[in-house]
Amino acid sequence: MEQIHDGVNQELLVFTLGAEEYGIDILKVQEIRGYDAVTAIANAPSFIKGVINLRGNIVPIVDLRIKFQLGNVTYDQFTVVIILSLVGRTVGVVVDGVSDVVTLEQEQIRPAPEFGAVLDTSFMRGLGTLDERMIILLDIEKLMTSSEMALFEEMAA
Amino acid sequence: MTIDMSQFIGVFFDETAEHLASMEALLLQLDPTAPDDEALNAIFRAAHSIKGGAATFGFNDLAEVTHTLENLLDRLRKHELPLQQVMIEVFLQAGDVLRGMLDAHRGYGSADPAAIAGVSARLSELVAHPAGMVADSGKPHGAQATASGVTGHLHIAQGPECEIERLRQSIRVYGDILSDSPGNTSGEYRFHLCLQRPVQDLFDELEFVIAPERLQWLPEAVAIAPRDGLADPDDGYGFFTEVSKTQPVVADDGEAFGFFVPLPPSVHQEQAAGDGYGFFTPIASPAPAAELAPAVSPPPAPEPAVRALAGKAGAAKTPQESSIRVGVEKVDQLLNLVGELVITQSMLAQNASHLDPAQHDLLISGVQQLERNTRELQEAVMSIRMMPISAVFSRFPRLIHDLAGKLDKQVELRLLGEQTELDKGFIEKLADPLTHLVRNSLDHGIEAPEIRRAKGKPEVGTLTLKAFHQGGSIVIEVRDDGAGLNRERILAKARERGMAVSESMPDAEVWQLIFEAGFSTAATVTDVSGRGVGMDVVRRNIQSMGGRIDIESMLDVGSTISIRLPLTLAILDGMSVQVGDEIYIVPLSFIVESLQPSADVVKTVTGQGRVINVRGDYLPVIALHDVFNIPSRLSTYQQGLMIILEADGQQVALFVDDLLGQHQVVVKNLETNYRKVAGVAGATIMGDGRVAFILDVSALVRLAQKPSQAVAFAQPA
Repeated sequence: MEQIHDGVNQELLVFTLGAEEYGIDILKVQEIRGYDAVTAIANAPSFIKGVINLRGNIVPIVDLRIKFQLGNVTYDQFTVVIILSLVGRTVGVVVDGVSDVVTLEQEQIRPAPEFGAVLDTSFMRGLGTLDERMIILLDIEKLMTSSEMALFEEMAA
Repeated sequence: MTIDMSQFIGVFFDETAEHLASMEALLLQLDPTAPDDEALNAIFRAAHSIKGGAATFGFNDLAEVTHTLENLLDRLRKHELPLQQVMIEVFLQAGDVLRGMLDAHRGYGSADPAAIAGVSARLSELVAHPAGMVADSGKPHGAQATASGVTGHLHIAQGPECEIERLRQSIRVYGDILSDSPGNTSGEYRFHLCLQRPVQDLFDELEFVIAPERLQWLPEAVAIAPRDGLADPDDGYGFFTEVSKTQPVVADDGEAFGFFVPLPPSVHQEQAAGDGYGFFTPIASPAPAAELAPAVSPPPAPEPAVRALAGKAGAAKTPQESSIRVGVEKVDQLLNLVGELVITQSMLAQNASHLDPAQHDLLISGVQQLERNTRELQEAVMSIRMMPISAVFSRFPRLIHDLAGKLDKQVELRLLGEQTELDKGFIEKLADPLTHLVRNSLDHGIEAPEIRRAKGKPEVGTLTLKAFHQGGSIVIEVRDDGAGLNRERILAKARERGMAVSESMPDAEVWQLIFEAGFSTAATVTDVSGRGVGMDVVRRNIQSMGGRIDIESMLDVGSTISIRLPLTLAILDGMSVQVGDEIYIVPLSFIVESLQPSADVVKTVTGQGRVINVRGDYLPVIALHDVFNIPSRLSTYQQGLMIILEADGQQVALFVDDLLGQHQVVVKNLETNYRKVAGVAGATIMGDGRVAFILDVSALVRLAQKPSQAVAFAQPA
């Protein structure tokens, strides 16, 4: 919630998982690319697809569709990977699709209600309303560095 | 001289740092009861060079401290003063102060004025009251030689103008100026002096501002001067003084200055000296070689003189390695580029291997040539990064010296394998963990002398630092013959901290407990160690380098902590193996052999653990698809291959589907963007651009030592 109250309007990259729309801070996005063959990591959780070679860097790929149990988990030429740059690390996330980049005003954002869901609400920064659409604002950095994702070792909480 | 000095300042800083380091090393080796002349000379030369450089670049504070230091050293090396332990301590402190000042000039931190003043005062004190010390030691000889004043004329020949006031100041340190007058030509001066110290010292000083060939000393009151020498004829050490008093000056005294060729001594003066006293034998020609520079040999004492000369000759011949200083980032960039080149080369090789050799013979031979060249280039670049581990070890003599003094313990440090080379990146990262281990050994390991005596051990503890290559790793051991780890105490402490421990734990696991954060069994916290911060950091540092740390210990016998590091971070030779659809790289250095198992060589033990009989030895079998939970395409052992691996002195058989080929791979750190994966040491990029994991063979071998969880295949019928 902190960053959203900075007063400055934020540009969000909106992606879809199944029927839901999620928004993440566009400044965390490094690039968007297609899904390449990944090298599976032994004994990793199913949502960690493996690692890819991103111009000489070894980058792990997380499938958010599997993590959140949303959308059809298929991999084809339309599958999109968002490469994120978080706390000095690079991670790729697989989503159903990237729709657009939006700017939300402060008053368009409502706090997320507490409810038992797959997604811990502490990773949500709120719910944004844009016309008839509801965009779930994700604190992608907090989510990716959480122990739940098992992506990084001993990250500062 | 209007040379822009600024470009040399960096070199001066580097050189001074080196001089300080070598000074420290020599000081620590110095035995106060029987100082080695050569070492004293070398220390003096180091101080002298620092002073010269500092004065040239205008770092007067540095020059002042070094000057006092040099004065004392000079008298020591001429045996005018006996060496004392306290002097070594002061010299070491002076070295620290100088280093601080140097850093301050470089722009890191600031020098501590109190420390500078303190050290200067102590040095001056030692210079000022040598008489008492000389008397104490019962070696009064030589001191008188400098005590009496010598009058004479100093003539500075024509040449570039120099600051007369500065000159006067310099000269006043060595004696009184009775009168001085400028000569007829520019830069020419005459001084009438009464010197309190050997003229050679004055010349050493003046050489920084005036080329030595311009200097000439004409002694005046010669009648009294040689008496000193004659009064003490069996003392060869006085001979420098004698020479300077009576000999027309040959400024080069055979030390660090190779820059100036000594002028032929004036024949007239030489004759005067020779005829007058029959004391010196004139020699025919001035010696051009530096080591022969004291161009006269005093008959009364030939032996010590010869010894002194031999010492100088040896020192003068220290190998001059020609080297250039290059920024580390340039080397790293080069290494990265070579890494990329290796990938491209292996990609080309892979593609070329599909071509028809008959049609593309030129291309294929070109690719082969490229492979050879790439490998050589890579080796050459890697060798730039390799440094002897003495770069880390060299700090420990001083550390031990200081710590042992502080803790009132007696410790002998043994350094073995100092020339073992390892990656420069490791050298820097090793310093802190090793320092920590050494401090721990000294503080907790080696006991106080009285306790050692009670235990029947020699009072002087031994701390050994040893580095050596083993397989594809480098091993660094810190071994002490101290108290060893106390199993009971560690277990008690672990229970106190609520850790899950049991009495039946093997020793190796108990020792690993001390790497837990906040774990310290030290009875008392000292300012050296015992706060329990550190061992966990040590382990983390070592692991981040891809290394391992192991402890062996026996109560009252001692402990050995060994750090095992890969030879280099960057590139390794590997064998690619296939398991299911995945490709893994096995570091070649671990592979002993590979073989195709026949139907009956794989047996089970108690129905679970599997072993393979290789020429009579039973080796545990690790099925890679089992470890990594990937479906194997095979159904029996006969279809696949066994790779016999050796790590940590144990052999295991790794079962894989197929061997693909040998590659050089660029090691990429998986933890840059991900976390550590069990059994995987790193990742690499294959020729086709895909990522492949590099197996952590040591971890796999450790895995084999634990009971196996599942059965790989049903036994073939």
